[in-house]
Amino acid sequence: MPANRFNNFTNYGIGIGLRAPHYHHILTRKPVVDWFEIISENYMIDGGRPLRILDQILDQYKVVQHGVSMYFGSAEKLNREHLRRLKALVKRTKTPWLSDHLCWGSVDGRYTHDLLPMPYTFEAARVTAQKIREVQDFVEVPVVVENVSSYAEFHVSEMTEWEFLNEVVERADCGILLDVNNIYVSSQNHSFNPFDYVNSVPADRVAQIHIAGHSKYRKYILDTHDHPVIDPVWKIYARAIERIGHTATLLEWDDSIPSFDEVHDEALKANKFLASAALKKAG
Amino acid sequence: MNLLAIQRRMARAVMTPLTRDEQMRPTAPGGGSMRAEAAKFIKPNDRLTSFERLEIYNRQYWFRVLSGFAEDFPGLRAVLGERKFDAVAKAYLTDCPSESFTLRNLGSRLEGWLRKHTKMLGDRAALAIDIARLEWADIDAFDGLAEPGLKQEDLARANPAKLRLRLQPYIHLLDLRYPVDDLLLEVRKDADELNVASNAFSERQKKKRVRQVAALNPAEIFLAVHRLDESVFFRRLEREEFAILSALASRKTLAKALDAAWIGSKISPENRQSRVQHWFQTWSSLGWFCHIEKNFKK
Repeated sequence: MPANRFNNFTNYGIGIGLRAPHYHHILTRKPVVDWFEIISENYMIDGGRPLRILDQILDQYKVVQHGVSMYFGSAEKLNREHLRRLKALVKRTKTPWLSDHLCWGSVDGRYTHDLLPMPYTFEAARVTAQKIREVQDFVEVPVVVENVSSYAEFHVSEMTEWEFLNEVVERADCGILLDVNNIYVSSQNHSFNPFDYVNSVPADRVAQIHIAGHSKYRKYILDTHDHPVIDPVWKIYARAIERIGHTATLLEWDDSIPSFDEVHDEALKANKFLASAALKKAG
Repeated sequence: MNLLAIQRRMARAVMTPLTRDEQMRPTAPGGGSMRAEAAKFIKPNDRLTSFERLEIYNRQYWFRVLSGFAEDFPGLRAVLGERKFDAVAKAYLTDCPSESFTLRNLGSRLEGWLRKHTKMLGDRAALAIDIARLEWADIDAFDGLAEPGLKQEDLARANPAKLRLRLQPYIHLLDLRYPVDDLLLEVRKDADELNVASNAFSERQKKKRVRQVAALNPAEIFLAVHRLDESVFFRRLEREEFAILSALASRKTLAKALDAAWIGSKISPENRQSRVQHWFQTWSSLGWFCHIEKNFKK
């Protein structure tokens, strides 16, 4: 499923997250990179250097927007100022699709700046799907939602996380950004089989895949994006690609960020799996 | 329990300050047991209790907002010292949690909060407020809006008696009781050096900074925090310059702004015209004035 209506019928390859420590390298060395993912909120500003750098990047690279604070799952109404700024950025970047997380993080106008887990209830699915539709109508590009890592579950949940994801995306008629590292982290924290998750995702809705590293503690795993991708996560990725096909893939590395080349080399490891998927398809 | 009720309950717990050793408090915001509160809505698993699972989010919240705040206000930290800064940060963020989708705005209400809590700042309250104002201005000037600049023809067609010049929205004008611009630049220089230095060097730098802060005497200064080539600069202003710019920023006509400059001024009347010309040349070369829209000309 290389190109579909959820990634605006694009066929992007392997990208990495655009991060400030790499700005100089990118602008001076102009490395060959399929695409960059930006954190939308970093550029939802009025002016200054971040926007100038973004414009320079846009001159030379394909850019996709990824948000961290739309909070589709928050019970409160959408923040109109947030939406207005987001749409202005969408016009600037011409992002083919727009992603954010299947989570909540604000209530009564107060922001936690975290990706808090959803209670997997039908009410939550209905509220979340309605908000995704509202955002999609407003920004006028396909919206895709990303599964988050979680460390807690709620008594009130009525279904599994992947059933909830399916319920939301069907109701909202939106795409999925499948984060295979988050599936792994949550599977370890909540003791489920990550392949049950991957095998249940509607392949035709997956617009993009995230890969990343994490940190293991004695009793749980944290999604820290500060390490290379571990083998069990690559195995989940391989299975996802086997089901979905060649899909735009992005490596997230947000803390203890190594050199540009190290991050890019780590991302390019995905090529092995994408190539084998292509061979299978051809054979 | 519906979605809103769960979210209110969880947010209240997550935003509750941590204990001194960075654990979740045993007492819930309402006064009951936090363990009982957590157990009401969070499932335990075979490794973690409901309390421990909720605590992960509680700790992540505080680590995130405290580190963001410390990153934004290194000067305030240098002025107050580690322990006092930590207490101020926790108290401020408890009273003023983020109301914005971006962490960039975390310090937007700090100046007002500090003015109401001067007791926490000890004998350096005025200095602390000054440096906090400068650091917030720096954040806001960095990515504030830049409008199209003033054009020659804007002035040619304007009526001087009614002309209202507008300053670029990213410019902040500050009247300060301490020369905190120098102090902040020193703090940043130290931070840059610390990134490549040893621990022993770090200790020496800390002591040097304490001496710098202790030696800082009050000295009224006027500053414009502005942007040039997308970098933020602190430009010292003369009192009269500050008066003119402040009057223009509050939408006074150019004529009234000029009048305001000379109240109590020590600049002799014969030198005033040349000084004003020089200031306007400087401000114009720095691009501080906005293009005059038709509806602003009156």
